Amino acid sequence: MTKSVEIKDLSITFGVGPSAVKVLPGVTFSVAPGECFGLVGESGSGKSTVLRCVSMLTDFWQGEVRIDGQSVRDLPQQQRCRQLQMVFQDPYGSLHPRQSVRTVLSEPLRIHGIGEREARMRAAMVDVGLPVDFLDRFPHQLSGGQRQRVAIARALILEPSVLLLDEPTSALDVSVQAEILNLLARLREERGFTYIMVTHDLAVVDHMCDRFAVMLHGEITEILPREAIPGNGASHPYARELIGASLEYEGLM
Amino acid sequence: MTDLPLPTRRIPGPLLALRNILTFLIRQPTSAFGLIVLAVLILTAIFAPLIATHDPYVQDLNNVLQAPGNGHLFGTDELGRDIFSRLVWGARITLTIIFLVTIVVGPLGLLVGTTSGYFGGRFDTVMMRITDIFLSFPSLILSLAFVAALGPSLNNAIIAIGLTSWPPIARLARAETMTFRKADYIAAARLQGASPMRIILKSIVPMCLPSVMIRLTLNMATVILTAAGLGFLGLGAQPPLPEWGAMIATGRRYMIDSWWLVTFPGLAILTVSLAFNLLGDGLRDALDPKQMNRR
Repeated sequence: MTKSVEIKDLSITFGVGPSAVKVLPGVTFSVAPGECFGLVGESGSGKSTVLRCVSMLTDFWQGEVRIDGQSVRDLPQQQRCRQLQMVFQDPYGSLHPRQSVRTVLSEPLRIHGIGEREARMRAAMVDVGLPVDFLDRFPHQLSGGQRQRVAIARALILEPSVLLLDEPTSALDVSVQAEILNLLARLREERGFTYIMVTHDLAVVDHMCDRFAVMLHGEITEILPREAIPGNGASHPYARELIGASLEYEGLM
Repeated sequence: MTDLPLPTRRIPGPLLALRNILTFLIRQPTSAFGLIVLAVLILTAIFAPLIATHDPYVQDLNNVLQAPGNGHLFGTDELGRDIFSRLVWGARITLTIIFLVTIVVGPLGLLVGTTSGYFGGRFDTVMMRITDIFLSFPSLILSLAFVAALGPSLNNAIIAIGLTSWPPIARLARAETMTFRKADYIAAARLQGASPMRIILKSIVPMCLPSVMIRLTLNMATVILTAAGLGFLGLGAQPPLPEWGAMIATGRRYMIDSWWLVTFPGLAILTVSLAFNLLGDGLRDALDPKQMNRR
C-alpha cells in the first residue's frame, strides 16, 4: 500500500518566553504516494526537525501532518508505528550496543503482538541483503554499512508505508553509501514505499529523489524536480547558489 | 548452519561474558585478592558448622579471656566462647546483611534513577529532591534514627542501611540515563511503539547496569562498616548473635589486657571491606566500556 504524506503549516518553537526560538516558521509540502522527496539545505536549517515532527518524536508542533489523509496526531501510537518508520543518520548510535540483531528485530514484533517472528526476521535480513546468521551478532561485530542495513531491516519489519530517512548515508564511506542507496531504491521499487529523505548531498538527491525542497532557516525556499539539478533550474537565489556550488564541486572532482 | 535452533546457541553469551570478567579479575593481583577473600567468606558462611571448632553460643566460665592457642585458635571472650567459631558464624550474618541490603538498594536505586532520568521534568525534580534529603544526612546518623524508631535488631539495621544507601545508586543511574536518553536507539524504540516502562527496562537498565554493579560492590564495603558500626553501638545485631561489630563492642572493655577480643573481629571487618573495595575497583576496569568489545 502506497501512502501520501501532506504537511501543512508545520511550525515549532523551542523554549518559552523571550528566549524562545522559532525553528520552523511554517513548512508546507506534500509527497505523492510512492514518491521519494528530498529535503536539502545547510546544517541547522531544520531538515531533521521536520522528520522528528512528522514521526511524533517531537510532539509539540503546530500545523497538520497527514498520512493518506489521516492526521498523525489522531492515529493511535501503535497504528502510527505501522505506518511510518525512520532510518537514522548514524548507524553507530541508532543500534542499542547491548542488543543482538535478533533482539533489535524481534522487539517491534513482540510489542505489536505479531506472530511468525523467526520467519519475519529472516525475511527482513534477506531483504536488506544480510546473511541470516547475522541475527546473533551484536552491533560491535558489524561494519557501518552492515549496521545501517540492520537499521533499515528494523524499520521494515513492521511493514510501514512511509519511511523517513535522516541522512542515511552520511556516516558511511563512499562505496558503502552507494550500496545503501541502491538498497533503498530497490526496496522502494519492490514495495512502493513513500520516502522523505534528508540529505546534504545533491548527488544523492539526483540519484534517488523525484522532487526535492531546498530549506533555509526553517523555511522551504523552493521545491524543485530532480531534473532541475543538472541545468540549475532554480529561481530562488539561495537554491541557485546551493545547486551551483554543488555542480561546481562536482566539476572540479 | 542457518537452520540450527538458535536459542540453544544464545545461552553461552552471558556465561562467556561472566567467564571473561572473572579471568580479567583473577589476572589483577588486587582484584584477585578481593575475589579470593569473597570466595573464602562465602565458603566459610556455607560450611560454618564444619569449620567452627566450638559452638559459638556455648559459654565456658572456667575458660574466660583465654589467649590464642590451647585449642582456641583466636582465644576466648569474656564468657569463655571461642572467638574463631564466633567469627566463622558471624560470616553468615555479614553475608546476609550485604545480600539483603544489595537486593533492596540495587533495584530501588535503579528504578528511581532511570525513571527520573528518562521522564525528566517535574517528576525528576521531585524525585531528586527526595534523594537530596536522604543524601544530605550522614548515613550512619540516619540509620541510627531509623533503628531508634524501629527498635534495635538485625533486621531493622538491614532496613535502615537499605533506606540510607539507595540515593547514590539513584543518582548514578539518573546521570547515566540522561547521557543516552536522547540517543537514536531510544528514539527508534519509541518509534516502534515501545512503552516508557519497556524502554526503561529493555534499553536503559542494561546500559546502566555495569556502573551500578561497580557502585554496589564498592557500596558493600560501606554496608559492612555501617552494620558493624550499628552493632558496635548496640543498635544492630543483639547479643548473643556473633556479629563482628557487636563483638568489638563487648571486647572493648577488655581491650587493654586481652587484645584478641577486638583484634580478630576488627581484622575480619578490615579484610572483607578492603576485599570489596578492591573487587569494585577491579570490576570497574573489567566493565570499562573500552573493553566491552572483547566480551
